[in-house]
Amino acid sequence: LGDLQDLLFYRYRDLAPQLVPLDYTHKPDVTLPYELIGSMPELKDNPFRQRIAEVFSEGGDGNMTLDDFLDMFSVLSEMAPRDLKAYYAFKIYDFNNDDYICKSDLEKTVNKLTRNELTPEEVNLVCEKVIYEADVDNDGKLSLEDFQHMIIRAPDFLSTFHIRI
Amino acid sequence: MSQPPSFTLLVSEDTGSDGEEPSPNNEGALHTSFHQLIQEQSSLMEAGLELEMQDRGRGKAPWPQSGWDRDSVCAWTLPGPGEQHPGYSSASLRILASMPSRTIGRSRGAIISQYYNRTARLRRRSSRPPLQQLCRTARPSLRLYDLETDPPLVPPDKRSLLVNELLSLSPSHRSHMLLTVPLCLAEKRALRYVQSHRPHSAPRAVLGRTPPLTPLSAGQAGAERAEGLLSLLPAVQPWHYALKQIGGRFGSSVLSYFLFLKMLLMFNIISFLILLVFVVALQAAYPPASANPQPFTGLELLTGAGYFTHSLLYYGYYSNTTLKSPCTSSRSTCPLAAPPLPYNMSLAYICSVGVSFLITCVLLVYSMYRSFGESYRVGSSSRDLPAKVFCAWDFKVVQRRSVKLQCENICTQLKELLAEQRCSSRSRSLCQRLGRTVVLLLAWLLSLSTVLGCTVAVHRFSQHMHTVSAQEALLLALPLVVSVLNAVMPHLYNLLAAWERQDYPGAQVYVAICRNLILKMILLGLLCYQWLSRRVVCSMEECWETCVGQDLYRFVVMDFVFTLLDTLLGELVWRLILEKRLKRNQKPQFDIARNTLELIYGQTLTWLGVLFAPLLPAVQVLKLLLLFYIKKTSLVHNCQSPSKPWQASHMSTVFITLLCFPSFLGAAVFLFYTIWAVQPSETCGPFQGLETIYKSWQTWGQVLEKSNPNITWFTWAHQHLVKNPFLPFFVSGVLLAGIYFNIQVLRGRRRIIHLLKEQIANEGEDKVFLIQKLHSTYERRGRRT
Repeated sequence: LGDLQDLLFYRYRDLAPQLVPLDYTHKPDVTLPYELIGSMPELKDNPFRQRIAEVFSEGGDGNMTLDDFLDMFSVLSEMAPRDLKAYYAFKIYDFNNDDYICKSDLEKTVNKLTRNELTPEEVNLVCEKVIYEADVDNDGKLSLEDFQHMIIRAPDFLSTFHIRI
Repeated sequence: MSQPPSFTLLVSEDTGSDGEEPSPNNEGALHTSFHQLIQEQSSLMEAGLELEMQDRGRGKAPWPQSGWDRDSVCAWTLPGPGEQHPGYSSASLRILASMPSRTIGRSRGAIISQYYNRTARLRRRSSRPPLQQLCRTARPSLRLYDLETDPPLVPPDKRSLLVNELLSLSPSHRSHMLLTVPLCLAEKRALRYVQSHRPHSAPRAVLGRTPPLTPLSAGQAGAERAEGLLSLLPAVQPWHYALKQIGGRFGSSVLSYFLFLKMLLMFNIISFLILLVFVVALQAAYPPASANPQPFTGLELLTGAGYFTHSLLYYGYYSNTTLKSPCTSSRSTCPLAAPPLPYNMSLAYICSVGVSFLITCVLLVYSMYRSFGESYRVGSSSRDLPAKVFCAWDFKVVQRRSVKLQCENICTQLKELLAEQRCSSRSRSLCQRLGRTVVLLLAWLLSLSTVLGCTVAVHRFSQHMHTVSAQEALLLALPLVVSVLNAVMPHLYNLLAAWERQDYPGAQVYVAICRNLILKMILLGLLCYQWLSRRVVCSMEECWETCVGQDLYRFVVMDFVFTLLDTLLGELVWRLILEKRLKRNQKPQFDIARNTLELIYGQTLTWLGVLFAPLLPAVQVLKLLLLFYIKKTSLVHNCQSPSKPWQASHMSTVFITLLCFPSFLGAAVFLFYTIWAVQPSETCGPFQGLETIYKSWQTWGQVLEKSNPNITWFTWAHQHLVKNPFLPFFVSGVLLAGIYFNIQVLRGRRRIIHLLKEQIANEGEDKVFLIQKLHSTYERRGRRT
């Protein structure tokens, strides 16, 4: 874990060597803007990179301190437990930050997944079926518990929600 | 059953109208700490809510405007309050926004309180209430039980509360709890700091240490580095960058093949090390007096005969006595003295082979257990649409073109799933069903008859080769034929499976794997029979074990050669044909199933041959190393990732199971049969002149007993445990009982899940009912004022 942390620190510093000091003893208050984070090769082509940066950043705007950066990659590493990953995945897919994945969130997700290749009718059908199958308390949207319940049933989640650094 | 407690709702109300109406009782189970939360958060909510209501006031329609008709949707959705409540008053919206389920995830205080509850529950181990006591008509909430057992809070500091609870847990539970709590790094660090500064706790290394490159004292740095190294043990990965590159371009599915290769490499390295240390190195140090070795020609690398016949590679080289000094009387000085302790070579041989098989078995079963734990889920299937939407995106894929390909794949899969769900509602006519059955039967008949045909052909061919005079190069003929069949038939089976057009896309892969596996296992079974019966192969040799070892070596080498050829022709040449001749911009797809089965086949050959050629694991290690780099290069230049959905974790489990059950089990059965029932040759090897190989173990047991009469427990154990025929029955009885017990537990759990789901649905209805009541109450109050 120590080496992973060192590696992540160097990756963070490489994004902006003139802004990030080598010495972190005095806890400098350095925040890298979202554009730098989103230009990392691991995130550059990921359609969810903006949401990932927003979820892990302190202020929800995508600008990350070193702690946020470490947080992000440790949750996305293979050592993070499933529940932790499910929690953050839920926050990533919740585009309007209302603690529920509602139909509009789902539509945005599906469009990002397919690059708007599906017709609006198909997108609608997919979203309705997802809510129908996954919504346990029948309120028309997915809460964190519904999401976790569904993730438990999907064995692929751990291997896909993983970025190698 | 407990009485439902009554709660008063504390809302920082702006309107001073307390009114004649009592506040509505909410069964929303507010924990006392949430009272303070609501007060804290309500001020924040005001600002947020004003914005929300302004948005709604601008007339944004909740449903997307498209030409699509709402009535065509089946009306299963209740109009949830979160979606369409333009008319709710700000007071009720404020209450809704501060519901406990809404604040989790947004407020750190809520997370800490939630985890305080969980930790408290863990500490007191208060179990779930027995189901018989749950009266469904009164719809109790399970949260009630939390409230009964929680003590009234005295200090308002939530963080110190959580720390107190954490300290009362065991260290492993504590670190696990800290690892799983979804707080940011700064909070976790603060928690750890507070924890470590309590008198009776030891600082632990959990996620979130101080950042690197702070000037640490030497001792602290040393301790941290040691901890870092230990925690690095799972992370020390050879080929880390290569695997990252493969995962980044092709995704988890192709990556699973390379991870499987890495696992096989590890197994072979372990077997090789055991045999090296206990058998090969010692025999190399004390070589037996043997005939002059034949000169080395290049052909030996392929055939394993000639120069290699009387070498460490084969069984015949190993002596059956205790090792002696290699010096003959003609030498004056002896650099090597006799070994200080008598080293019984035959015992060492059988023990090392047995121990390496045992260790491989344990490791295999452990990997199977871990793989099953990760991938097997009750009631999940590949047609699960939510899982497809949320888990299909592989975050490892980083290259732009691969990302685009992945988007297209997901799009196709979603369309297929939608089409399938539309299709399954339509029922088939009798004619269609009959047609499908005929097609299935025909395909299976064809594949089984080809398997039979191949088996007969191989048998006839080996008989023919036996009658022909044995030139060294002709020894390669039988392995060549078998490898050709193993390389060509799977392609035919793939075509057959594609022609059949299965109902479910996943079934195509399974059917092809099944047929391929049947072919390989039957061919291997035939070859094992030939080797052990020695009627056709090695019938005229004095040292038949060396002969069988040489045959296996040839099979391993030929398998490698044909894998290379298959990669060359199937991937490189096919890509060139596709690009230049057919002018398609598509590359050949990497066939994961076929390649993995080839790995399993090669590994089975190695396991079959360990007894007869102790250095065969070393050959397999070399082969796997070369294979990794060749396959990776070919993949990167010639292939594209598969477009069919491939559940990586599920298929990895399937392949590990296949490695364990037909492959390892078959090799183990072959080994045990050879040890128990086959007579070793008279003139060569470590078991010369014995009745069976097992007799050497028995003789040693008798010698031990005679030398030291106090070790009677050993012979007693041997007599009653190993030789007793009732032991397998007893063990299988215990296993069956365990399986039955587990099935019953599973059934009970399914029932509990069903009941809990009903309860959740009921709670949801309750919530909707209460929210509407709340809204009507405030509306009435609003109308009155």
